[in-house]
Amino acid sequence: MELFVATFLNLEVMRAASPILLQGLLITLQLIAVAVPLGLLGGVLLALLSTARSRWVRWPLIVWVDLFRALPPLVLLVFIYAGLPFAGLDISAFGAVAIGFFLNTSSYYGEIFRAGIESIPRGQMEAARSTGLSKIQAMAWVILPQAARNVLPDLVSNTLEVVKLTSIASVVALPELLYQARQAQSVTYNSSPIVAAAAIYFVLLWPVVRLLSRLEHRAVARR
Amino acid sequence: MSNWDNFIFTFFNARVMAEYLPRIIDGFFLTVGLAALIVASGLALGLALAVIRSFRIRPVNWLIVFLVDLFRALPPLVVIVLIYFGLPPVGLAPSGFVSTWVALTLVLAAFAEEIFWAGILAVPRGQWEAARSTGMGFAQTLLWVVLPQAVRLTIPPLTNRTIAITKGTALGSVVAVAEILSQASAGVSFSSNPSPLTLGAIAYLILFVPVVAFGRWVETRFAWRR
Repeated sequence: MELFVATFLNLEVMRAASPILLQGLLITLQLIAVAVPLGLLGGVLLALLSTARSRWVRWPLIVWVDLFRALPPLVLLVFIYAGLPFAGLDISAFGAVAIGFFLNTSSYYGEIFRAGIESIPRGQMEAARSTGLSKIQAMAWVILPQAARNVLPDLVSNTLEVVKLTSIASVVALPELLYQARQAQSVTYNSSPIVAAAAIYFVLLWPVVRLLSRLEHRAVARR
Repeated sequence: MSNWDNFIFTFFNARVMAEYLPRIIDGFFLTVGLAALIVASGLALGLALAVIRSFRIRPVNWLIVFLVDLFRALPPLVVIVLIYFGLPPVGLAPSGFVSTWVALTLVLAAFAEEIFWAGILAVPRGQWEAARSTGMGFAQTLLWVVLPQAVRLTIPPLTNRTIAITKGTALGSVVAVAEILSQASAGVSFSSNPSPLTLGAIAYLILFVPVVAFGRWVETRFAWRR
């Protein structure tokens, strides 16, 4: 038991590691602040494009979205980070992560928004158009707000996944929370920094998980 | 060399690809095996937890809810790293394969429990009462009446979640599991050419595009009626 506490819950080691863990947390928050808005924006764009009538737009779009949903995000990230320099494009770890996350998360957000838009009856668009709104205005002010509300649990759930996904940036040596915890662990040969990082993730994300449980159960109860 | 030739030489180098293809194929089968293990154990554990939860024993349920929340909140890579790098100091040294398997099993089980539980709750109370009135016990009712209906409701969300988590097998590359990504990365550093990564990406696409398409089909076929 003593060994367990000394290895996993060593307060001294945690205190010593706390400055670099906080630095890591800051980078993680920055990553979230870049990845989530970019992903949402890309997702809305993909969803809007998927409402196009022409199959020359819709089919390539399905291929694009399925491609980036099928590739594990880590594979995409390593491909960008390790592969592109060979093509003469030198890219920073942060840049690689931003591009990889954009391609991956916008595809997921896109699918969610598409489902949301499809859940809105056609009459809404027709009614909005008949009041003199242009197609774009009707989309922005009438359809999208309702669509987003209908798929809110999925949006929250996907955002949670994006936040958790930022931990893979440690693989390309971006000094975010998990990377710093690993550094501290290998210096001290003590597992407490990783436990501390896990605790930070948990404290940060538990409210979101609780909220999601309630949203999901409410959705089930409504049926 | 023109730009196009240069591009082909760099990313689709036939010689390099031929050299590393056997390793990627090894990695492919390892990934498939690992994914199959994770799906089997994760879904089984998740279902078991949901069944235990339906007995509604307070302290037990608090524990289950806490564990489920924990593994929904923690990034899978953090769990893998914690098991692989965290346990050796206390004398346990699970291999990368076992670490990845255990970590992703726990994560999948957490999500599956939540989904199965929602499914169990969604079965109308009348079904319970009707089954009990025919003389079936609690366990019989659960097994023969409630679960078959609950599981059918849960197929679409469960399929998508399972797909997302099995893609996490690529995270095994961080803890030296010789799956597709780590074989491909090793190939890149040996050959100084990114073609093995191209090959690795293609291997993943061969593995997961049908799975994603299957998920899409399941979603329309078993659509939750809202």
